[in-house]
Amino acid sequence: MARAVTQKRKIINTAAAWAVGLLIFFPILWTILTSFKTEATAVADPPVFLAFDWTLANYHDVLERSNYARFLWNSIFIAGGSTILGLIVGIPAAWSMAFVPSNKTKDILLWMLSTKMLPAVGVLYPIYLIFIKLGLLDSRTGLIIVLMLMNLPIIVWMLYTYFKEIPGEILEAGRMDGAGLKDEILFILTPMAVPGIASTMLLNFILAWNEAFWTLNLTAAKAAPLTAFIASYSSPEGLFFAKLSAASTMAIAPILILGWFSQKQLVSGLTFGAVK
Amino acid sequence: MATQHSRSAARMMLAPAVILLLGWMLVPLIMTLLFSFKRYLPLRGGDLGWTGFDNYVRFVTSSAFWPSVQATLVIVLGTLLITVVFGVLLGILLNQPMWGQGVVRILVIAPFFVMPTVTALVWKNMFMDPVNGLFAHLWKFFGAAPVEWISDASLFSIVLIVSWQWLPFATLILLTAIQSLDGEQLEASEMDGAPVLKRFYYIILPHLGRAITIVILIETIFLLSIFAEIFVTTGGAFGSRTLTYLIFQRVLESQNVGLGSAGGVYAIILANIVAIFLMRIVGKNLDA
Amino acid sequence: MSTSFRALMGACAVGALATSAIAETTITVATVNNGDMIRMQSMMDDFNEKHPDIKVEWVTLEENVLRQRVTQDIATKGGQFDVMTIGMYEAPIWAANGWLVPMDDLSAEYDIDDILPAMRNGLSYEGTMYAAPFYGESSMVFYRTDLLEEAGLEMPAEPTWEFIREAAVAMTDKDNEIYGACLRGKAGWGDNMAFITSMANSFGARWFDENWQAQFDSPEWKEALTFYLDLMEEAGPPGASGNSFNENLTLFNQGKCGMWIDATVAASKLTDPNESVVADKVGYALAPHKDGVSKNGNWLWAWALGIPAGTQNEEAAKTFVEWATGTGYIEMVADKQGWANVPPGTRTSLYENPEYQKIPFAQVTLDSINSADPNNPTVDPVPYVGVQFAAIPEFAGIAGQVGQEFSAAVAGQQTAEEALEKAQDITSEEMEAAGY
Repeated sequence: MARAVTQKRKIINTAAAWAVGLLIFFPILWTILTSFKTEATAVADPPVFLAFDWTLANYHDVLERSNYARFLWNSIFIAGGSTILGLIVGIPAAWSMAFVPSNKTKDILLWMLSTKMLPAVGVLYPIYLIFIKLGLLDSRTGLIIVLMLMNLPIIVWMLYTYFKEIPGEILEAGRMDGAGLKDEILFILTPMAVPGIASTMLLNFILAWNEAFWTLNLTAAKAAPLTAFIASYSSPEGLFFAKLSAASTMAIAPILILGWFSQKQLVSGLTFGAVK
Repeated sequence: MATQHSRSAARMMLAPAVILLLGWMLVPLIMTLLFSFKRYLPLRGGDLGWTGFDNYVRFVTSSAFWPSVQATLVIVLGTLLITVVFGVLLGILLNQPMWGQGVVRILVIAPFFVMPTVTALVWKNMFMDPVNGLFAHLWKFFGAAPVEWISDASLFSIVLIVSWQWLPFATLILLTAIQSLDGEQLEASEMDGAPVLKRFYYIILPHLGRAITIVILIETIFLLSIFAEIFVTTGGAFGSRTLTYLIFQRVLESQNVGLGSAGGVYAIILANIVAIFLMRIVGKNLDA
Repeated sequence: MSTSFRALMGACAVGALATSAIAETTITVATVNNGDMIRMQSMMDDFNEKHPDIKVEWVTLEENVLRQRVTQDIATKGGQFDVMTIGMYEAPIWAANGWLVPMDDLSAEYDIDDILPAMRNGLSYEGTMYAAPFYGESSMVFYRTDLLEEAGLEMPAEPTWEFIREAAVAMTDKDNEIYGACLRGKAGWGDNMAFITSMANSFGARWFDENWQAQFDSPEWKEALTFYLDLMEEAGPPGASGNSFNENLTLFNQGKCGMWIDATVAASKLTDPNESVVADKVGYALAPHKDGVSKNGNWLWAWALGIPAGTQNEEAAKTFVEWATGTGYIEMVADKQGWANVPPGTRTSLYENPEYQKIPFAQVTLDSINSADPNNPTVDPVPYVGVQFAAIPEFAGIAGQVGQEFSAAVAGQQTAEEALEKAQDITSEEMEAAGY
């Protein structure tokens, strides 16, 4: 009896969850489908869902028009670089706050987060002028630095909350055994913190990949990532739904695939200390 | 417990992050402050000298100022409300036993990976367009007149788009929190025959307090500065001009850097009010 | 050694030096994602063949993004671009600031005198051209010949607004998704304001009087805006407040518009059977005017290539500009893709070409361009230059905000009176702030 109820409930749960999941995913699915239609089919009335002549023409057009490989490489380089740099600066900071807390720790942490609230557009001119002075315009280095600074508070916060959950006794034990500070971080802490670090890394990679203000305004041709690529496909002349969809799919596919493959890692560390 | 040695080492490890962020905050901030007291018009030759508090007065007395603060609050609060409420419900649903949980979870978190510009373009053109959009077709199918989303329901449309983007984040964090809930406790209450709503209200919700606070904090930080979603959809028209967008118009469209910088300073003040308010709550929750 | 031989040697040396100096020159060209610019990018094989020493990097952006990007860069002397695609609004303002390289030493082969006087004037400052027009446009009426015939009407060569309204209402069939008047409604100084300002000119209105006082409280503005709003309500498509050139082009090509008043360059896109289902049913007429008003409601615009002063690659940039805006480019496109697809509106010789004259919209485009006068755009005198804009730095910002008010009026969120009142306030406020 109880078994039957559970089974019935499981069916209902499954149906409900799938319905909601597909509903949420639908805009992405629709974009991907539209990218394989002709422009005329893309605006057909009534809309066609699957029964159309699939074509790769849009991808062909987009690839012919834009140097997709370069945009993609820039995106990977910038998002990756800023994430790695962020971790190099962030891990020691988070370690220090988690294991050697002082009465200022919480204030510092919250202050760091508050730096993220400066409206980017308000400081565009200052940053642009500084970048001219430093010769960083349209360079990947410049963007790596800016995106690293933008996301550093999130990196520190995430790592801090994760590190805090690592029981202090283990470190104590290590210290008894005569492990130095360096060894402590490298050989005891880091392995335990791998899930948290992996998750932080992924989240920041995603945030950096999707950042669209600085990456657009501080680049021209050389360092422009996929966010700039998309800006050349928004509302061009004539019918454009299908080409826009193809360009969109190409811009989000790499990160979507990465996200899906690593979602276990992402989820396992993405708590921000939400669980006590 | 911590030795003097590890204390100074800890400070040294914290220093780079603090110094970098301090520089990142102070240098542009000081320049912005400087500009805000100047008549700075790039198209008229750049720096045209000091002008006192003129820009500050002009920025707040402009008829666009208060509506923009209001629009900012509507978008932030609206999105928070939707993502938290649906995040909790979705979290509970995803925590139930079912087939294909992993796949469903992949579907649900997917919007988080989509860049805001793409999100806005796709929603605006392929869903909300009143002639060729999918919603228009859907409405017509049911015999209703298509809604002109972008103009007639501009704020709602933006909240909808932004919520779609941030729901996955809220869901993930809340789901993790729900999973950590003591299963036995829940089962016990179930055995007791406590009604679903009661169980939710007395057991699940209190447990989620901390997670909800975190979601609100992180989302607010990002939502205060949303830009692409507005730029692509309404361009600030139809009452959807947020404070960030108003500054953008002053700085880039009007090329009035002084006035825009004054606006930037106001935005920083507003953000800090929100921040202090939020951090009070979070701070309390962090201690608990 | 004879002098001529020495001269030859010298020339060789200079030539060799020059080649080695400009070998590997890379220029960055910022451009709009309009169809003609995309076409130019597909023609680059020709340029690379002729100038193997110059490599062109493209930055293609959506119009509004591009404008902000290049303005920001040139105002701060960021030096990110060697060639910028700009319009008639930017060219004189930037030239006055000394930000652009004058186009006064182009080669004889380029034949600058061949450029249509209207275009050349619009891109000049104090008599010198500062940006070379890639394509030029005015605005005109596009209409569906079949629908107009069904309505039992005939399009005059120079229609009045009253006629347009009558025809638009007669053509509209909302049940079958046919809308008589597809007009710009999307907020933006280059979007709805280009159309509404030109239209207001043809009602006798103006932006400013001779003392730079905003004129939105004039009866002419009220009449023009009220007419526009009524027309949109009676015969406009749903969501008109979000439509600009691209959206209306899509609607027309889908056969959903009876009439559309917009940029003349649309003609080649409307008549392309690959893009348009109504390619063989398109008629053209000059932009309308109010009965008794001497000005037509058509604008004048050019997308032009300008070179920022201070670029390291001025020579290479000029070479590129000459290639892209020269007659050779036009002939090449005609050769490869047909005369209908050449960039229109820049050169006298194009309109004298018998091949091009066969294109049905060639003459009406030229007439439209010639009937717009940026130096004398309105019935009453004005202190500014420009038909659908006033070439002052503040205009873009002001018109952007005014455009949002008018767009909200199209969406039915406020009346014409309310919109005009706000427009008057915004404009007065900003002009005062700017020190007029």
